[in-house]
Amino acid sequence: MSRTHVSAVINGEPTDFLCEPQQTLLDVLRDELNLTGSKEGCGSGDCGACSVILDGRLVCSCLMLGVEAEGHTIQTIEGLATGSTLHPVQQKFLEHAALQCGFCTPGLLVATKALLDRNPNPTETEARYWLAGNLCRCTGYDKVIRAVMDAAAVMRGEKSA
Amino acid sequence: MATLTYQAPTSLQDAVRILAGAGGVAKVLAGGTDLLVQLRSGRVKPDLIVDTKKIPGLIGIREVEGGFVIGAATPGAVIGEHEALGKAWPGVVEAANLIGSTQVQGRASLAGNLCNASPAADSVPALIAAKATCVIVGSKGQREAPVESIVIGPGRTSLARDEIITEFHLPKRPPRSADAYLRFIPRTEMDIAVVGAGINVTLDAGGVCRDARVALGAVAPTPLLVPEAAAALIGHKLDQATLDALDAAARKACKPIDDKRGTIEYRIKVAGVLARRAAAIAFERAGAHR
Repeated sequence: MSRTHVSAVINGEPTDFLCEPQQTLLDVLRDELNLTGSKEGCGSGDCGACSVILDGRLVCSCLMLGVEAEGHTIQTIEGLATGSTLHPVQQKFLEHAALQCGFCTPGLLVATKALLDRNPNPTETEARYWLAGNLCRCTGYDKVIRAVMDAAAVMRGEKSA
Repeated sequence: MATLTYQAPTSLQDAVRILAGAGGVAKVLAGGTDLLVQLRSGRVKPDLIVDTKKIPGLIGIREVEGGFVIGAATPGAVIGEHEALGKAWPGVVEAANLIGSTQVQGRASLAGNLCNASPAADSVPALIAAKATCVIVGSKGQREAPVESIVIGPGRTSLARDEIITEFHLPKRPPRSADAYLRFIPRTEMDIAVVGAGINVTLDAGGVCRDARVALGAVAPTPLLVPEAAAALIGHKLDQATLDALDAAARKACKPIDDKRGTIEYRIKVAGVLARRAAAIAFERAGAHR
């Protein structure tokens, strides 16, 4: 099987990898680059557990081929914290206990970051629609939304972390 | 699995040449939100994937002579952010933005939604109502075709195997024109249309409809242009008699199937209701109450 050489910027680092044409970006992240924070839930773009940010846009890494990453910039959950300092979204998910099993959490965190990068002051309705493609079977979403709104307030500087 | 080849040509000529020379099953890739699901499930087993996104013009929106040109692979999110497009063609934009989640909107394109050829595709009835055309390039040259001529059955299009849709054209609007798209799903997000209705109207200064196009989705093997429903609007204000005539014409055009999303009877009823509601929105946007 022929493997294609792909160059992309992943979490700020120029990254080269080899992949087969049918491998998804999610397969590449997990199996070739050992970035296993992005999860495979459904593999069909319905659950959002594999969410990553591609050139500033939220996408499902299972709905993209690894070879399509050529020349693009990708942020994964592994790039969210700065060293040992959690991103405010991560901090607030912890404080609000906005997770139970945690499988959907990387996707929700990445999707929330993408939301707040674009819209620092979302309404609860906007946040709920934005996150409609991130399924969680544990929390019932209530604590997730509280964490998102709280993180947004912190990031706007309206309250301290 | 047979060996799959991926190509991302940087010119249309190369893309057409690669497709024309392909031996086995070739698939054109735009956003991939349908194709990758079909790859994974094994429903399609291509030997070749031709990614169109590196071809100049395939992503982007531009205004030309009062109309709009939308690159075939432009993601829904980009379509939703284009202010002038949203003002001129709110129905097309709301239909494109109904496809999938935020994540799917980051990739999903009009050409993909059209060429996937689902009877329930959300953007297609809105594009048909808008009288949109698509530019198609193949080894025999370039042609322009109305959107309603592309889907010929579930999963089947009229495109030749070496043809690619490169862009969509939305015409210049006369004054007091607007469109609207509504779909019915049992929830508010992340579902497939039970019925979709796209309506595009032009009114005169008195609020009388002078031109109209009506299209329905998910009620037949292909999205439907329904001239009889448009005829019910033309020459009339949106009064009760007009709404009733529109409702009846929309219902009469339906040839739906029974499935888990809705029965034949239910889909037909909802098609009439959605046509009325979409018409009310389109008329209001066109200034009927101003």
